[in-house]
Amino acid sequence: MSPYLASLAGGALIGLSVALMLILHGRIAGVSGLVAGLGTDRGERRWVDAAFVAGLVLGPPVVAGLSGAWPAMRIAASLPVLVVAGLLVGFGTRLGSGCTSGHGVAGLARLSPRSIVAVLTFVAAGILTVALVGLGAR
Amino acid sequence: MAPVRILAALGLGLLFGLGLALSGMLDPARVRGFLDVFGAWDPSLVFVLGGAVTVSSLGYQLVRRLSKPALAESFQIPTNRRVDGKLIGGSALFGIGWGLSGFCPGPAVAALSTGVLPVAVFVAAMLVGMTAHRVFTLRGAEAGIPARDS
Repeated sequence: MSPYLASLAGGALIGLSVALMLILHGRIAGVSGLVAGLGTDRGERRWVDAAFVAGLVLGPPVVAGLSGAWPAMRIAASLPVLVVAGLLVGFGTRLGSGCTSGHGVAGLARLSPRSIVAVLTFVAAGILTVALVGLGAR
Repeated sequence: MAPVRILAALGLGLLFGLGLALSGMLDPARVRGFLDVFGAWDPSLVFVLGGAVTVSSLGYQLVRRLSKPALAESFQIPTNRRVDGKLIGGSALFGIGWGLSGFCPGPAVAALSTGVLPVAVFVAAMLVGMTAHRVFTLRGAEAGIPARDS
């Protein structure tokens, strides 16, 4: 399969998951919100968060089992950079109420003005960061 | 009904994880390639987001015709329409971390199953960042500063 076709098909599965989470549970399938909910939600809602996150973690091994190869992962960042990046992603997604799934997939599908602003902001910040890191490495 | 809802959530998480693995977005190099518009730009993420938003917006059209979700009592869809400093500042911090690492929460959590140390380090730091936000918000509430967002 061409890599772009695989990306489109993978995206469609992600979209189906987000759509069904709304249709079945009435909830936004935003990964940062679901992960944070593991610590803040109570009762059955917390079990739903945990089940979704567990399913998410099972995805790559299932693909590896079916295709015979683990999905490629090339991590260029050093461990200290990953710590800083992780702190920023964790704090930033809570302060901004969402990430690539909640704002990027579910929010854009709903044409939410907040999500459109959030996506434009995090993509612009990401582009600027990659450009500046690239300049520093030169 | 509770076991049905929890099993359904497991299946939906799996579907999301399968999609991420198939899409190539577990690979931080391809995600950073998308953000590298001034270098060797990789448009893959446009296809992922395009496919995902198309399918989920079809689902949302159906949701608008439903009086309640199939397995729950009511919809819990954000109604806040206010664009504020928290939304923009938080999204900017997230974007910087995303650009530095090539990881956002979905792919990072899904990639935990690869058992690779850098992924575990990133996710652990992300959980600390989320907890820090929660602690600051609680302190703010105690000091009488109203928290608008969830």
